[in-house]
Amino acid sequence: MGNISLNKVSKTFGDVNVIPPLDLEIEDGEFVVFVGPSGCGKSTLLRLIAGLEDTTSGAIHIDGSDATSVPPAKRGLAMVFQSYALYPHMTVRKNIGFPLKMAGVDPAEANKKIENAASVLNLTDYMDRRPGQLSGGQRQRVAIGRAIVREPSAFLFDEPLSNLDAALRVNMRLEITELHQQLKTTMIYVTHDQVEAMTMADKIVVLHAGVIEQVGSPMELYQNPRNLFVAGFIGSPKMNFLTGKFAEPYKAKTIGIRPEHTDISTKSGDWKGTVGVAEHLGSDTFLYITIDGGDSFTVRADGELDINYGDTVYLTPRKDKVHRFDEDGLAL
Amino acid sequence: MARAVTTQRKSINTLVAWVIALLIFFPILWTILTSFKTEAQAINDPPLFLFFDWTLENYAVVQERSDYMKFLWNSVIIAGGSTILGTIIAIPAAWSMAFVPSKRTKDILLWMLSTKMLPAVGVLYPIYLLFIQLGLLDTRVGLVIVLMLINLPIIVWMLYTYFKEIPGEILEAARMDGASLRDEILYVLTPMAIPGIASTILLNLILAWNEAFWTLNLTAANAAPLTAFIASYSSPEGLFFAKLSAASTMAIAPILILGWFSQKQLVRGLTFGAVK
Amino acid sequence: MATQHSRSAARFMMAPAVILLLGWMLVPLTMTLFFSFKKYLPLRGDSLANGLDWVGFDNYVRFVTSSSFWPSIYATLIIVGGVLIITVILGILLAILLDQPMWGQGVVRIFVIAPFFVMPTVSGLVWKNMFMDPVNGILAHLWRFFGAAPVEWLSQASMQSIILIVSWQWLPFATLILLTAIQSLDSEQLEAAEMDGAPVLKRFWYITLPHLSRAITIVILIQTIFLLSIFAEIFVTTAGAFGTKTLTYLIFQRVLESQNVGLGSAGGVYAIILANIVAIFLMRIVGKNLDA
Repeated sequence: MGNISLNKVSKTFGDVNVIPPLDLEIEDGEFVVFVGPSGCGKSTLLRLIAGLEDTTSGAIHIDGSDATSVPPAKRGLAMVFQSYALYPHMTVRKNIGFPLKMAGVDPAEANKKIENAASVLNLTDYMDRRPGQLSGGQRQRVAIGRAIVREPSAFLFDEPLSNLDAALRVNMRLEITELHQQLKTTMIYVTHDQVEAMTMADKIVVLHAGVIEQVGSPMELYQNPRNLFVAGFIGSPKMNFLTGKFAEPYKAKTIGIRPEHTDISTKSGDWKGTVGVAEHLGSDTFLYITIDGGDSFTVRADGELDINYGDTVYLTPRKDKVHRFDEDGLAL
Repeated sequence: MARAVTTQRKSINTLVAWVIALLIFFPILWTILTSFKTEAQAINDPPLFLFFDWTLENYAVVQERSDYMKFLWNSVIIAGGSTILGTIIAIPAAWSMAFVPSKRTKDILLWMLSTKMLPAVGVLYPIYLLFIQLGLLDTRVGLVIVLMLINLPIIVWMLYTYFKEIPGEILEAARMDGASLRDEILYVLTPMAIPGIASTILLNLILAWNEAFWTLNLTAANAAPLTAFIASYSSPEGLFFAKLSAASTMAIAPILILGWFSQKQLVRGLTFGAVK
Repeated sequence: MATQHSRSAARFMMAPAVILLLGWMLVPLTMTLFFSFKKYLPLRGDSLANGLDWVGFDNYVRFVTSSSFWPSIYATLIIVGGVLIITVILGILLAILLDQPMWGQGVVRIFVIAPFFVMPTVSGLVWKNMFMDPVNGILAHLWRFFGAAPVEWLSQASMQSIILIVSWQWLPFATLILLTAIQSLDSEQLEAAEMDGAPVLKRFWYITLPHLSRAITIVILIQTIFLLSIFAEIFVTTAGAFGTKTLTYLIFQRVLESQNVGLGSAGGVYAIILANIVAIFLMRIVGKNLDA
């Protein structure tokens, strides 16, 4: 079991209100991602759930019982830290076994669990090494191993992939997703990378300045962003925003059009523009266009498209995919 | 990336460096060599380098005549005692400043440092007077206390910089892993802090062993450590070169060996963490 | 971690160190200040029990106007300045040399550092007797070998001799710190400068030296603090004779040898002020480093 519920939880550091009171429900077995720009309070929120920070007010319930003032060790949660936080003086085996030792698990039993976790994570050959002798990806696995053996009711990940290089990051992303499918345990995952959020989450929580902007499945956020912030944050390349004379025909203050929802033509269309940079990726072409009036606009087009720097192009947004926002930035 | 260096250049570097290094080391080398000569050979003209009759006689004489062991024992007690006492007092202080920092932590650290910069001679008489009043003059206890106090700021500082390097996330991980405060200290913090504590102790042993203001001014016959014992050779007795050398060699050998182990910590300790 | 409970525990854990140092600082300092305004000559029957005469700033005035004051300031400045110049310049050169690739680097380092571990009384006496003795010292042999008359080092060239001895002791310290600093210099910076066409000397002047400036400042400040209070080296060599009576030594003589406590205490207050001027600069640098 691992449902977690936050009720009017808030956190202030001194005079700074990092998280104004917020409510959040996390269902058992869900993969929830907290995403937002740095300093948005996502890590603080995770640490509140972990019990590493005290809440200023509000209540946290884990599995239906009040855990607000329960110390971290007693909450039945496991955490994977950004720096992995491995114990440098212990071997991989001892690192993974540390929580079991703390819980007073019988050594034979503990050993079985350690071996089991190691084989799941491909660490069997490294058991007697110390963290200093491991690569970044291996350290990451040890940190996950240390979390798995506790059989926690939920896993907490604090930007676990940010110290890895790009290729390894994609790999670990898949491994963590796979792990979730195997274990079916609740996972809460903090990241600033919206790609990680989109690819891994069952449910995304978008945070901005300590406030939850929107909660929903990846596709919900992509298709129906509630406001300008979510619209701009989710999706890559970013959604284009236009105001003034472009927005007027749609009866909105601002309109948003995703790069992939724009048709491009060299002959005719709604708006005329000039190509600044054309990035040919093979599968796609990203065009960075300056449309008349000076606004810049990104278009994601077919990979084989033969348009280059300085070409004049015409853009037509797909009418049913245009997002409309009012003066307050809320979706209409 | 470093480039391959020509053998020729490396040879020149090596030659120059060895000549200079031996020149710097020569006074120590000469002292050690002389300690194995007879008094006559020690003042031979021209000086004898390696070809003389090696003898241990001087060591035996110094032992017998001056009760060398007593001074050595005083040095051990005073340096060891002040370092251990200082470390015991400093560990909790450095610990709390590193892990529970407050707004005043920095001010307290700097203030501690400032007490280290007080010139000893400025408070010589008050301490002298207090020592007489308290019956501490020429006692090992008195010197242990004074040397502990003058080195306490360095001990606190060094420990603080070492503790600071233990990442907070590791302690949090231990807490998440179900470690109690006792487990956290026993299984995670202490093993990680031991190298730092060891180097702090090492450096302070050296500093206390070589301290030569308070040890000279606050001791006489009873509690005098090796610094004061050697100083007694400044009388014409010092003209017995071989014996002076033997006594000096015995006084510096233990610390020379310890010192070579602590090269790296030396920089950090003596610059209060400003250079690492 | 930073809960109310852990904060009060932290304060409790800091208390012994703070209280001890506070006592160590305040008690003797107050006493020195007190004595500096009193006539206090224990050998002539003055004692705390009988009460001491208040003499206002007399001691301060007499300390400064005594014939030994300015020579002691002069001696202090020459020794501190001389040692600083020698150790910093030689220290930079040695650090650069030791940073070069060579065979037996570890052993060379050990040899260079060794003098720092020699206790001051030993280095004072070894130099005084075995090197600077005008008859049997190594230097006398060397002079005679070249047909020159041996120098009576500690009387004829007393300042130079003291500076030599103290520099020998402190050169390892400067070298070690500057070497550590040099090793932290990013070699890509030097290579970039080389690509930009800067020859060796210019690379040293524009890249290495600025990089070392902080370490040099630290060496200068820390050495100054220690050098201002050198004692044992003078105690066992000249005992303050031949113009080597530094401020520290003068105060020591006033207090313990001639037992003029009031006068010596006034001198002590001067020494404390002098040291504090240097200390302020050092603390600034160290303090800045704390934030980083």
